[in-house]
Amino acid sequence: MFVARSIAADHKDLIHDVSFDFHGRRMATCSSDQSVKVWDKSESGDWHCTASWKTHSGSVWRVTWAHPEFGQVLASCSFDRTAAVWEEIVGESNDKLRGQSHWVKRTTLVDSRTSVTDVKFAPKHMGLMLATCSADGIVRIYEAPDVMNLSQWSLQHEISCKLSCSCISWNPSSSRAHSPMIAVGSDDSSPNAMAKVQIFEYNENTRKYAKAETLMTVTDPVHDISFAPNLGRSFHILAIATKDVRIFTLKPVRKELSSSGGPTKFEIHIVAQFDNHNSQVWRVSWNITGTVLASSGDDGCVRLWKANYMDNWKCTGILKGNGSPVNGSSQQGNSNPSLGSNIPNLQNSLNGSSVGRKHS
Amino acid sequence: MAERRGPCGIGGFGPAGSTGGARAGSSLATGAEPEARARSFGGPANSRWLRLGAMEELDGEPTVTLIPGVNSSKKQMCFDWGPGEMLVCETSFNKKEKSETVPGCPVIYIIRKDVDVYSQILRKLFNESHGIFVGLQRIEEELTGKSRKAHHFIFCRLVRVSKNYRSVIRACMEEMHQVAIAAKDPACSRQFSSQVSILSAMELIWNLCEILFIEVAPAGPLLLHLLDWVRLHVCEVDNLLADVLGSENPRKHESFWKLVTILVLQGRLDEARQMLSKEADSSPTSAGMCRILGDLMRTMPVLSPGTTQTLTELELKWQHWHEECERHLQDGTFASSPHLESLCKIMLGDEAALLEQKELLNNWYHFLVTRLLYSHPTVKPIDLHFYAQSSLDLFLGGESSPEPLDNILMAAFEFDIHQVIKECSIALSNWWFVAHLTDLLDHCKLLQSHNLYFGSNMREFLLLEYASGLFAHHSLWQLGVDYFDYCPELGRVSLELHIERIPLSTEQKALKVLRICEQRQMTEQVRSICKILAMKAVRNNRLGSALSWSIRAKDAAFATLVSDRFLRDYCERGCFSDLDLIDNLGPAMMLSDRLTFLGKYREFHRLYGEKRFVDAASLLLSLMTSQIAPRSFWMTLLTDALPLLEQKQVIFSAEQTYELMRCLEDLTSGRPVHGEPDAQRLQDDDIETTKVEMLRLALARNLARAIIKEGSLEGS
Repeated sequence: MFVARSIAADHKDLIHDVSFDFHGRRMATCSSDQSVKVWDKSESGDWHCTASWKTHSGSVWRVTWAHPEFGQVLASCSFDRTAAVWEEIVGESNDKLRGQSHWVKRTTLVDSRTSVTDVKFAPKHMGLMLATCSADGIVRIYEAPDVMNLSQWSLQHEISCKLSCSCISWNPSSSRAHSPMIAVGSDDSSPNAMAKVQIFEYNENTRKYAKAETLMTVTDPVHDISFAPNLGRSFHILAIATKDVRIFTLKPVRKELSSSGGPTKFEIHIVAQFDNHNSQVWRVSWNITGTVLASSGDDGCVRLWKANYMDNWKCTGILKGNGSPVNGSSQQGNSNPSLGSNIPNLQNSLNGSSVGRKHS
Repeated sequence: MAERRGPCGIGGFGPAGSTGGARAGSSLATGAEPEARARSFGGPANSRWLRLGAMEELDGEPTVTLIPGVNSSKKQMCFDWGPGEMLVCETSFNKKEKSETVPGCPVIYIIRKDVDVYSQILRKLFNESHGIFVGLQRIEEELTGKSRKAHHFIFCRLVRVSKNYRSVIRACMEEMHQVAIAAKDPACSRQFSSQVSILSAMELIWNLCEILFIEVAPAGPLLLHLLDWVRLHVCEVDNLLADVLGSENPRKHESFWKLVTILVLQGRLDEARQMLSKEADSSPTSAGMCRILGDLMRTMPVLSPGTTQTLTELELKWQHWHEECERHLQDGTFASSPHLESLCKIMLGDEAALLEQKELLNNWYHFLVTRLLYSHPTVKPIDLHFYAQSSLDLFLGGESSPEPLDNILMAAFEFDIHQVIKECSIALSNWWFVAHLTDLLDHCKLLQSHNLYFGSNMREFLLLEYASGLFAHHSLWQLGVDYFDYCPELGRVSLELHIERIPLSTEQKALKVLRICEQRQMTEQVRSICKILAMKAVRNNRLGSALSWSIRAKDAAFATLVSDRFLRDYCERGCFSDLDLIDNLGPAMMLSDRLTFLGKYREFHRLYGEKRFVDAASLLLSLMTSQIAPRSFWMTLLTDALPLLEQKQVIFSAEQTYELMRCLEDLTSGRPVHGEPDAQRLQDDDIETTKVEMLRLALARNLARAIIKEGSLEGS
């Protein structure tokens, strides 16, 4: 792993979220400066900010891309109690000439009475849907029935979680065997400790989301939650950021065994638990094949976790600040990355004492 | 000298080199605290990404990548995964509500994992080895149904495949070496040189694995192979040879004896003899000794391939020869020439004499092979590890500890294939080497399946990692496809996840990706890619392109949407765009009712244009009676009927005219009664009313004409 490039973000305040689009050719950032910026990667690999606009009247916590099947669509959520959906408008030769693109607000979702803490688009096979959660303890699921008209969003479901919500994750599985499912985490720190992770499943018969499971063992505040890509497995893998990193598997109990009609029951196992971040863990996220989990915590590091063939999870990489101040230059490319510079082990052994020690 | 050294000239790279001195312990050998250790070797770029978790009990430590400008003791980092890269950015999670203003400008970092895919020269390695890999996978396919000879055939093919891989490594090394020489910037040149050493080490390891695991050389030939191996990798001698022979008086060359000694150490006795004869010619005092030693060199029994000589015969002859050497030494034949005496001792396999030549041997495995040559020329594979271990111990002499390359080679001498792969995984920065070597060894049926996490074995695990790395690159991803194809367990699902993330920057690229998906019946990916392209086209108002992509995606809803756009455009502008596409829809027209209507409606216009009025008329009518036409479009259709009704000859029959009238009445009677009519609507209604009245009139007149015509035709 190496730093290929660094880009001055030019936000006036703290950045809260960075988000790649589906293909990794665009990214979006959001900040306490109440704005969202969109960046595009040029053919030469340079990143250019192509749009920057004020999105909310408070800190913007999260920004996320819809699947490109629905066009170029972003959702953001904010301390100002709203979530918003944005769409890029094509045309406008003036903007194009300046290398800028134009984003318009398609809708503002104003149902929450408190800060909206997370926003996530549903897996694409469910259509254009998104879920928000907020400090008032309610998860809201919205749908745009006409994908060509993003100004129409209807509130489909309101799920009460009883606890201030901090994060949500859709189960990405598109298998017919799995009903739509959403996991919710809470960072409620009130002393009457309750389980902080709940899992809701859509019931075809009642057309409602019903609670399928509560992870009783997770009682500390939860800051992030993430289902792994499914890879055709029958069971689900869920990562949780709380005072440590935890990875759970959820195996559906066969329907005949569970009461018919009700939500699926799961056998829940914790398969890994790491306190390497020393204190709070703030983010967890899977790579696209679900083979590596990254987590970010109070130790200021991003840690990478991977399972071996014995189902033993291990830390395999750490991204860590070097503490030195940033240089002035805005975009630094690693023009000549090469194999030699990164392989201390073999290289040292190859060069004996003379050359190989240049790293130390 | 260094400048002239060929790329194979890694004579000086011996990990346990005699140069000794202050060799710091290998980072692997020292069990220091992981992060401290990482800091000690890590520049900001350390790409040993994630490989350790893959490997079983071996406790590799996580690699640390330093992010410049981020202070981990004060801030946290937010991040996001992309398909090939990662975004990282400094943030502060726990001060959400009252975010303090950060001094300076926040910076976003793009993190990549496999550094090697971005190297121009290594790209050649990836490209060329890909062909060899695919060929290897097909060996079994070719063989199904072949005879008993198959076993030998496979063996030869596998050896050839191994040699092909090695020649690709060597070619790459050669090129890297040239680049290193040509590089103006010393730092750059150093970097390329170190890559040369790494490639060289790869080839060294691979070659040894080939001898031991693939060729499975038996006692006798084994040593010959090992000699070739050493000669190939310690080839400084050739430059030296040219140097000495090229000089005015080779015998007086300062490196003359050094050269003769190296030749003897490498078992190149013919050449050594020739050098000695030069010495003999010019120095009458030592001529006799040189002749004797030369004779000993000439008579040393060696295994010659293709003869019927048995190993026992060879051993007997060798023993006899050895005793003769011994006798000469005892008799003090060479006592007056330390050089010649030393050579004689080497030829007796004298350990002390060999170790005196540490500098020329470069490394312990050269020492091992020379030692075997002159003391155990018929060494059995099974005994190798014993000699290897003692050679390593003797050579290092307790002054330093073995480094990764030493451990890898030692594991090979111990025939511990898994250990070789594990150590290589840790020591090398890219997956290329372990993935290809493991795959080849697996084809040699040498790996018992080691089940990994989701039930895939070690071979598959390594290939998946390698292929994923290729997918991070904008052009190498195409090679990755074939690697995924040959991973039976998780290859397909991995390919699905990776291929849909390939940016569809050009139509050409999109078609390439689609073809790959279609060949593999990845229907969902095909649908999704087409849908993405259809959406992109609609957004850019390229309706024709949008329609063809949605047809290809078999997306009925989207086809309906685009068809509506076409019809709306037609109503606004009175003509169709993308006629070629609509005229040639064929069976695709059936995808959605609206698309069918669009196609049929355009067909009506064509018939009309060709003055095939009767056909046009019945098509127009059927569009309404069959309910294919959306009701909102009926008035347009009826208006289209007007000119047909006004033709000189009768086009619509009486019966058809009744149908038309019924359609018109259907439409007008079903109108909702408007509330508060505004001015615009009044005006619209006005136009509408006029239109309806005109239609009624035309229909009535046509009916009259049709009745008369039909009556008179039937009557006559």
